[in-house]
Amino acid sequence: MGNLKQRFSGVWAWLDERLDLAAVRKIAEKKEVPVHRHTIWYYLGGMTLFLYLIQIATGILLLFYYRPSAEDAYESVQFLMSEVHFGWLFRSIHAWSANLMIFTAFLHLFSVLLLRSYRQPREISWISGVLLLGLAMAFGFTGYLLPWNELAYFATRVGTQIMEAVPFIGAYMATVLRGGDDVSGATLTRFYAIHVAVLPMLTTFLLGLHLFLVQKLGMSVPLDVEREGGAKAGMKFVPNFLLRDLVGWLTALAILAALAAYFPAHLGAKADPFAPAPAGIKPEWYFMFMFQTLKYLPAHILWLEGEVVGILGFMLAGVLLLIWPFIERGSGRGEPSRVFTWIVVGMIVYIIVVTYLGYAAEPMA
Amino acid sequence: MDTRTYRLLLGLAAATLLWPRLGQAQEEASSCVGCHAALSDDLLSAPVSELERDVHSDFGCVGCHGGDAQEFSMLAMDPARGYVGIPEPREVESLCGRCHSDAEFMKRFDPAFRVDQVTEYRTSVHGSRLASVNDQRVATCVGCHPAHSIKPPSDPSSSVHPLNVAETCGQCHADPDYMSPYAIPTDQHDRYMESIHWHMLSEEGDLSAPTCNDCHGNHGAAPPGVSWVGNVCGQCHMVMGELFAESFHSEIFTMLGRPGCATCHDNHRTVAAGDELLGLGEGAACAMCHTESSAGGAVASSMRSLIDSLTARYEAADSILAEAENVGLEVSEAQFGLGDARTALVSARTAVHSFSLEAVKEEVDAGLEVTAVAYASGEGALGEFLIRRLGLAISVALILALIAGLVLKIRKIEQA
Amino acid sequence: MDRDMLTEETTGPRQSRRGFVNWLLGTSVGGLLLAVLYPVTRYLIPPETAESTAATVTLSIRPEDIAPNSAQIFRFGNKPGILVRTAAGELRAFSASCTHLSCIVQYRDDLERLWCACHNGHFDLNGRVVQGPPPAPLETFVVNVRGDQIVVSRDA
Repeated sequence: MGNLKQRFSGVWAWLDERLDLAAVRKIAEKKEVPVHRHTIWYYLGGMTLFLYLIQIATGILLLFYYRPSAEDAYESVQFLMSEVHFGWLFRSIHAWSANLMIFTAFLHLFSVLLLRSYRQPREISWISGVLLLGLAMAFGFTGYLLPWNELAYFATRVGTQIMEAVPFIGAYMATVLRGGDDVSGATLTRFYAIHVAVLPMLTTFLLGLHLFLVQKLGMSVPLDVEREGGAKAGMKFVPNFLLRDLVGWLTALAILAALAAYFPAHLGAKADPFAPAPAGIKPEWYFMFMFQTLKYLPAHILWLEGEVVGILGFMLAGVLLLIWPFIERGSGRGEPSRVFTWIVVGMIVYIIVVTYLGYAAEPMA
Repeated sequence: MDTRTYRLLLGLAAATLLWPRLGQAQEEASSCVGCHAALSDDLLSAPVSELERDVHSDFGCVGCHGGDAQEFSMLAMDPARGYVGIPEPREVESLCGRCHSDAEFMKRFDPAFRVDQVTEYRTSVHGSRLASVNDQRVATCVGCHPAHSIKPPSDPSSSVHPLNVAETCGQCHADPDYMSPYAIPTDQHDRYMESIHWHMLSEEGDLSAPTCNDCHGNHGAAPPGVSWVGNVCGQCHMVMGELFAESFHSEIFTMLGRPGCATCHDNHRTVAAGDELLGLGEGAACAMCHTESSAGGAVASSMRSLIDSLTARYEAADSILAEAENVGLEVSEAQFGLGDARTALVSARTAVHSFSLEAVKEEVDAGLEVTAVAYASGEGALGEFLIRRLGLAISVALILALIAGLVLKIRKIEQA
Repeated sequence: MDRDMLTEETTGPRQSRRGFVNWLLGTSVGGLLLAVLYPVTRYLIPPETAESTAATVTLSIRPEDIAPNSAQIFRFGNKPGILVRTAAGELRAFSASCTHLSCIVQYRDDLERLWCACHNGHFDLNGRVVQGPPPAPLETFVVNVRGDQIVVSRDA
């Protein structure tokens, strides 16, 4: 035993000399998490990160068997699901973890919004976070098509058609994204490239920035706690908070395993571009509120097409969300305005209600 | 003076007036074209341009109408020079037959070409009415192959292309006014349009699906007699035709004057036959004669329930296998095996035409055996789910143990 | 992180509470690692059935096992195929699903034709319809013999 310990410290010393591990250790030891009634929300970022790591791991595994072409994609996934040992497990976990990741990312976003943690000096953390959520949704959109099954094919067709409605550049953007005028084999290879190369690269960069800033600026103490005199206590990040994080991650892992075993990812029928669209095509749930909103809009609003107005509206909302810390400056000065709280609550209620309506609505609608 | 003669005279007058200008066109190969192209009456000028696309264009006008195409005066149409003008309906068959019944001549163009059209035509209702009562309204050759624009049946714009035949026959047969002297129905065309045959032909592009001439004969067009309906349908539906011919129904239907296949399947509006035709329920053909209390009715019901049971078992097996496949279980072997059940189901439906309960039962039993095996392997495969759940239970137990350990650890650290 | 803490006292004679906690942590971490690594390893080992693409299948029938003027049904994915050795000794393969109503066709050595029993459809050994209701020819496959393996592939 002593021998082992000795060898370990030898390695440590060798590495320390070259990498300055002591500094890292000092940072880890110094890092503290404020403890107050909102501490629970601090776990969401870590949870999203954990699910992203699961995505990377299972995604790499799926790459071993997946073949990105219109002729082979469906068959390779079918092979993966039925012949490859545990293929069903990794594909199901990949699918479920993607959904959970976007869900926790949304929760993370709204908790930060409500606790006003984006306020000065964390504007860049906020912007990188919103962009990361956008990337996560792009991951979802591109990944959905890859099995090349019927539902995915038609959902992608509808999705890219909606994009065409964007004035001036929409048609061009949709053509570039699809690699043609319609969803085809060319679209599949493009989405594949985006899904496994472009998006991971962007995410790595933004995630690095996001985590660096969390490290540099520390955890934000919510405004109301700060006004009551700040957090009463702190918790060491290592090991106290990290161990709690671990408990959360393990729970997530157990949930993922259960979901994969009880509700494995389905494959359905192979996409047939010439078949009529099946009834009740629905986008992934995180696009549902937008999709459904577009349906509710009248054909024409003033002189513009309803759909165009809707898309421009969502784009504007996205931009406003991105620069939110610069609009809502009151909390930066310590004077939070109730109005913004109600706006956020309104957003949450809107998303929940419209998403529900999207699923409750008749498939014919 | 009838219209035709009147028009002819009018045309001749016009031609005479235009003569000086036409005289300059000496180099024109055919004087017929030279004059007729310039005539204002469509009836007389249209054939010029139409004939260019006719399969017979090489023969020129004189091929059928006679006369002298080198003569640039009205003498071109001198009967002494062989001019026949517009042939009377009675003359058409022999005019066309001059070449088309001449095997020696025809094989210069197409060695496989048939030369029996005229012979057949004489056996048709059209031909025999023309011969016996000189009915001028019947179709002659040119009724279906419009003179001056005759094209081979393979040409999609031809009046006798499979997709156009129904329309061509319908010109007369779907016209109640035209058909009124004959006291035969005129709804065949419309009813045929609702049939599976027309659907296959027009929607599915299966040009071998039958249209009017495939059952009625083309040149020998006649309604199939009651006793030989089966022979007509049996051309394609061979097995059904044979089974039916050997069954007792064949004889009884003939005795009752029922038209064989068409008794249950209709003649022109032959829709896709489904299981609902069998048995005594709604839409069942058997129920037209049989009642629940009769022995025949009981057999019909039994056949139906046999086939229904196989259909249900087949669908159950198919869906459990699809379910298993969808969750990533390996069932392709079983799905492959289920193919035999499909064969059995189709064979059982075929066997219905023997009207023998035994024959149907034999096929159904074979199919049920296959579906049972397939269903069992579907269930077995889904049972593998249990193994997955066991794996899940172990992993979750490990995770819970680890969580418990972590919680204890946290407590320990924080107590210290 | 606290690797030394984990290993320190697990083997000590005193099963103190701390010792138990560390034992529990160590065992479950190990178990969980196994529970993750086992599926990953199994996943990475290629399955016995060679990755069949949509376009090719290697048959379990050996070339010498199929006599002239006979045929055998094989699996092409979930669909049946039929491998025929003609009387002249040539190997040919077709889809065995009749184009009429998807019954499985069989080889008639008396006629040297493929025959569908359901509605008496006949196909010649080029897959063409000779007789009966099938609306289209049988799909033909390309047959290659590599050593003692028969590889059937769909035309590209």
